[in-house]
Amino acid sequence: MSSASPINVIKASQPEVQVQTAPDVNFAYLDERTKRMIRRAILKAVAIPGYQVPFGSREMPLPYGWGTGGIQVTASVIGPEDKLKVIDQGSDDTVNAVNIRRFFQRTTGVQVTTLTREASIIQTRHRIPETPLQEGQMIVYQVPVPEPMQRLEPRETETRTLHALAEYGLMHVKLYEDIARCGHIATTYDYPVMVNGRYLMAPSPIPKFDNPKMHMSPALQIFGAGREKRIYAVPPFTSVESLGFDDHPFEVQKWNTVCALCGSASSFLDEIITDDQGSRMHVCSDSDFCQERQADQTSAGVKHDAL
Amino acid sequence: MTHFEASPLLCVQGLSKRYGSFTALHEAAFDLWPGEVMAVVGESGSGKTTLLNVIAARMQPDHGSVHYRMRDGALKDVHAMTQAEQRLLARTDWGFVHQHSAEGLRMDVSAGANVGERLMGLGHRNYGQLRATAQEWLQRVEIDPLRIDDTPRIFSGGMRQRLQIARNLVTSPRLIFMDEPTSGLDVSVQARLLDLLRQLTQELRLAMVIVTHDLAVARLLAHRMVVMQRGRIVEMGLTDQVLDDPQHSYTQLLVSSVLQP
Repeated sequence: MSSASPINVIKASQPEVQVQTAPDVNFAYLDERTKRMIRRAILKAVAIPGYQVPFGSREMPLPYGWGTGGIQVTASVIGPEDKLKVIDQGSDDTVNAVNIRRFFQRTTGVQVTTLTREASIIQTRHRIPETPLQEGQMIVYQVPVPEPMQRLEPRETETRTLHALAEYGLMHVKLYEDIARCGHIATTYDYPVMVNGRYLMAPSPIPKFDNPKMHMSPALQIFGAGREKRIYAVPPFTSVESLGFDDHPFEVQKWNTVCALCGSASSFLDEIITDDQGSRMHVCSDSDFCQERQADQTSAGVKHDAL
Repeated sequence: MTHFEASPLLCVQGLSKRYGSFTALHEAAFDLWPGEVMAVVGESGSGKTTLLNVIAARMQPDHGSVHYRMRDGALKDVHAMTQAEQRLLARTDWGFVHQHSAEGLRMDVSAGANVGERLMGLGHRNYGQLRATAQEWLQRVEIDPLRIDDTPRIFSGGMRQRLQIARNLVTSPRLIFMDEPTSGLDVSVQARLLDLLRQLTQELRLAMVIVTHDLAVARLLAHRMVVMQRGRIVEMGLTDQVLDDPQHSYTQLLVSSVLQP
C-alpha cells in the first residue's frame, strides 16, 4: 500500500477556504480514514437513537477522561466553515475548554466563538447551554461512562443483552435505592433517560437540570466516549424522557436565590466560596449566558441588586 | 395429599448433554405436574445441576426437548423460544434459587430492591406499592420487615436464601428450580428453610424441581424423586417408595450410605 498519497489528495480537494493549520497535521488532526470510520459510527448512532455504537477509538494527544471521545467526534464532523464553541461545566474559559478550543484552532483553523447562538458545533463537558439550541446546530458531549447500568451490572455481555431486549428494570432498582436511602431520588447528574421510547441512555454527567433541554431539541446531539469506544446520538426532535416513579417523579434542582451577577432565576447556579469567612455567592454556571445578560442590562441602564 | 391436574406442566424428553467427550446427561425424560415437588438426587458429578440448567433453559441441550405449559394452556418448546421469551418466562412464571446466594441476589442493593426488581422489570412504577409488596414478602419468608433497607451482604446465610426465595416468588411463578438451596446452612437453619418451603409450595400450589444430595431434604419436601448416576436417570418414583424400597443397586448404596445420628 502506498501510504503517502491519500492525505495529500484529500488536502488538495479541501474547499478553497484558506485554513491556517499547524504544519504536518491533517485537517482536524485525525486521518481521513479514521474520520470516515467515525462518521459511519455517527450515522448508525443517529439512525438508532440512544444505541451505543462501538468505534475504533484512536490514541489522542491528551489523556482519557479529558474529552478524547468528544474531540474525535468533533474532529470527524467539523468543516472549514464551522464555528466552534467549547465549554467545560458551562464555562468557556476553564482549562479543558481552553485547551480543546486551541487544539481545534491549531488543527483546523476554524472560527471559534463563545456565543451559543452563533456556534454551529458546541463541544461540551457536562453542561447544555442555557440559550436554547437551534435547528442546524450540533452539540457534542464528552462521555466518561456510556453504559447507564454499569454500576449495577458490570458484565458488558449482560448489559448489551439487556439493551437488546429492552429489559430496563435494573435502572429503576437504582432509583428505588436512592429513595430508600435518601427519601428522594438523589441522582443529580448523569440521570438516566429513555430515548425515543426504546433505548436507555446515560446523558453524560450533565446535571439533571439539563435533562429537559434534551427532549425534542432541534439540535443534533452526539455523545462520544473515547476510553469506552462508544458513540451514541439523539437526532433532532426526538423524545428524551427522564425515568421516575409515579409517586416520586423526575424533578430538576431548584435554588432559592438568583444569580448574583445577572439576576437570572432560571439558570443553573454554581455556588462560589469567596473568602475563608464562609461568604459565598451563587452565579450562573453558563458564563456566556451570564455575560450576555449583564451586557444587556448595562446597555439598557437597568440596575440590579447584587447580593 | 395434593391431587394433580390431568395435564403436565413440564414435559422433558430424551434430554442429552455432552461436554466434549464427557456425557453429562443421557436421555433424561420425565413429566412434572402443577403443584408437584420433584427432587433430583445423586452424588457430585452425576449430572443433577446440568439437568436443572438444561430444563431451566440456562443451557442448550444436544438432544431432546423441554416443553412447558404456558398460562394460556399451550405447550411450548422452551429451547425453540427466542431469548427474549425465555428471559421473560424465567423472570415471571419461573424462579431459580441458586446454591450460592450471591449468584441469585444483588448483594449491593437493599433487600427491598432485590424483592422489587422483577416487578420493576415488568413496569411497576409506584414506589409506595413496591415497598409494601417487598415488606409483605419479607414477612412471609420470616425476615424482619424492618431490615428492608439492609443489603443482603449483612444478612446471614439462611436469611439470604429466604430473600432469594422471596425475590423469586414475588411475581407468583408456577415453577421454581432450586439448586441445593440448603447446602452450606447449619441444620437448624436448614430445618426452618425446609419448613418454609413446604408451606409456600402448598399455599401457592408451586411446582418445584429441587436438586439436592441430601436424601432427608428429598424425603421432607418431594412428592417424587429422580436418582441420577453418571448422567443417567437410574430410578424414578414416589419419594417414600424409592427411599424405603430402592430397586437399583446405586440407589440402595445411596440410601444405605446415610449416617444415622
